[in-house]
Amino acid sequence: MKRKLLSLLVAGACAFGASAQAQISDGVIKIGVMSDMSSLYADIGGPGSVVAARMAVEDFGAAKKGMKVEVVSADHQNKPDVGSSVARQWYDTDKVDVIVDVPTSSVALAINQLTREKGKAFLVSGAASSDLTGKACSPNTIHWTYDTWMLANGTGSAIVKTGGDSWFFLTADYAFGHALERDTEAVVTKMGGKVLGKVRHPLNTQDFSSFLLQAQSSKAKIIGLANAGGDTTNAIKGAAEFGIVKGGQNLAGMLVFISDIHGLGLPTAQGLIFTESFYWDLNDQTRAFTKRFAPLHGGKYPTMVNAGVYSAVLHYLKAVEAAKTDDGTKIIAQMKSMPTDDPLFGKGSIRADGRKIHPAYLVEVKKPAESKAPYDYYKVRTTIPAEQAFRPLADGGCPLVK
Amino acid sequence: MDIFGIPIQALMGQLLIGLINGSFYALLSLGLAVIFGLLNIINFTHGAQYMLGAFCAYLMLTKLGIGYWWALAIAPVVVGATGVLIERLMLSKLYKLDHLYGLLLTFGLALIIQGIFRNEYGSSGLPYAIPEALRGGNNLGFMFLPNYRAWVVGASLVICLSTWYVIERTKLGAYLRAATENPALVQSFGVNVPRMITLTYGFGVALAALAGVMAAPIYQVSPQMGADLIIVVFAVVVIGGMGSIMGSIITGFGLGVIEGLTKVFYPEASNTVIFIIMAIVLLIRPAGLFGTQK
Repeated sequence: MKRKLLSLLVAGACAFGASAQAQISDGVIKIGVMSDMSSLYADIGGPGSVVAARMAVEDFGAAKKGMKVEVVSADHQNKPDVGSSVARQWYDTDKVDVIVDVPTSSVALAINQLTREKGKAFLVSGAASSDLTGKACSPNTIHWTYDTWMLANGTGSAIVKTGGDSWFFLTADYAFGHALERDTEAVVTKMGGKVLGKVRHPLNTQDFSSFLLQAQSSKAKIIGLANAGGDTTNAIKGAAEFGIVKGGQNLAGMLVFISDIHGLGLPTAQGLIFTESFYWDLNDQTRAFTKRFAPLHGGKYPTMVNAGVYSAVLHYLKAVEAAKTDDGTKIIAQMKSMPTDDPLFGKGSIRADGRKIHPAYLVEVKKPAESKAPYDYYKVRTTIPAEQAFRPLADGGCPLVK
Repeated sequence: MDIFGIPIQALMGQLLIGLINGSFYALLSLGLAVIFGLLNIINFTHGAQYMLGAFCAYLMLTKLGIGYWWALAIAPVVVGATGVLIERLMLSKLYKLDHLYGLLLTFGLALIIQGIFRNEYGSSGLPYAIPEALRGGNNLGFMFLPNYRAWVVGASLVICLSTWYVIERTKLGAYLRAATENPALVQSFGVNVPRMITLTYGFGVALAALAGVMAAPIYQVSPQMGADLIIVVFAVVVIGGMGSIMGSIITGFGLGVIEGLTKVFYPEASNTVIFIIMAIVLLIRPAGLFGTQK
């Protein structure tokens, strides 16, 4: 009798031991892709990012490894209050472990704060503000793909070097526009250029004729577009109409995506120079990925934001497999300790301030005659190596960096 | 010479641009004023129909090779026909009910139409080139005026004024105005009132589509283009006075100019200045600037 009881106790203890092995809460890894699904940034992140996340889960082979992974998505409509309440519900009720993408820096900053409070994880691919790895840096957030410093340094310095030393800014009047304008102004003045003026326009402006007129009368050589998505394309279209380039001024698109070029068409967009961290036609691996991505996304090719979501989710799942937990803070620390390697960005690493490092590419838009196929839009002018592409670790003012 | 720190040259340029934007507001609010003022239908689908006009022009160009000038004539007819269908099949059933049902129906239709197009075409917008004849522009000294924008102002002035003339000064317009005031009486005179209402709705929709075709070369052809504009246009109609055709024309141009000036002096508020004016006008004159108390 005693022996039976003892063996029963031992068997029971073994059973408990077995279940303690997987500390993943409720057994499911839930990934929440939050993006602008319906407005001016929808073609930059949007449903494409959901496709990219699902592809990453599939390529990781979660099913074969016995890990249950679920991908959910939501539309934040570019509003911080909407994004925050969705994130709150995701974290509190729906047991989402990590939020991915989030273009629109104001929403990203809000979710950055919330994720830190809840101890979850946040992988930013869409948002741009360099504050996410600067004064707002957090042990629960990794900033993937790009940021305003990379754009300012890549595009800004390239343009000043070729003689564009007087600037006028058209800035989207919210967190992202202000950050991009600030970082670009710093680069321009450091290299000896001047900023002759700036005008702030509301997010999602249709008609830029009035602002372009102000830019024209400033007589600046370069009109810097510190905005993105629909705002940038509307500004470029307006500039073509008002003869800005014929009048001797040039446009600098500080944040342009391949979806914007597709919407503008090469006749209008040719000659634009800007910085990206991914292009579908870079090498065989990016091309292979694009071949699988496009049919799942209505024939549209991946933007660097979509690619960033793929890369981030892949690395996240590898970290979960290694650390055997989905506690946000621990996973982010695990991700920082492992070097990254994926078909889209190649080999890279993640710094203490949460900044992912990889090379950046200065690209120029081809002339219509030079383009042989749809989406064959870019010539890669220079490759900026990873160590130079992003703001030096010490300059960010991040409290995590000692 | 400087006014408030802005050189007079720059100010004149901004006024002209404000006028050009105002012409879009006037065209769109004209259609809305016709539909609401005469038929008492709150047509939230107006923005989606404006977008349909632009997409019609885009599809005609890319799939059929039909250019801008034909699109100006064909797109309003096509979209107007869909408007007639909507009115016959859905709206006419709601006339006996509260206005709110018409609002809900048209709002729902707008969401459906925009959603379908966004699914198909994404939200980045599609390119539509300015027609050959209207490219380039003239340097007026204080600004460079693109030919196409001058055409837009001119064309919309002509369309607005002729519509006003037809409705206020011709027999057909008189029948229409009478039919909406007292349908039973007018019907007893032998005038086919339901058909008039259907055709008037179709005409208002056609005006929206026409504005869409004219907008295609300068604004992006995107499924969102109507949604962004419709709220402003409603504000314009409310300020001008819901029943007044001339009121919405004048208000459209006037508000375009005011918005243009705001973009110079305080650009961050350029989105909201129209609503601030609407609030003020409604406080002082609830029926709108040119409206009559019904």
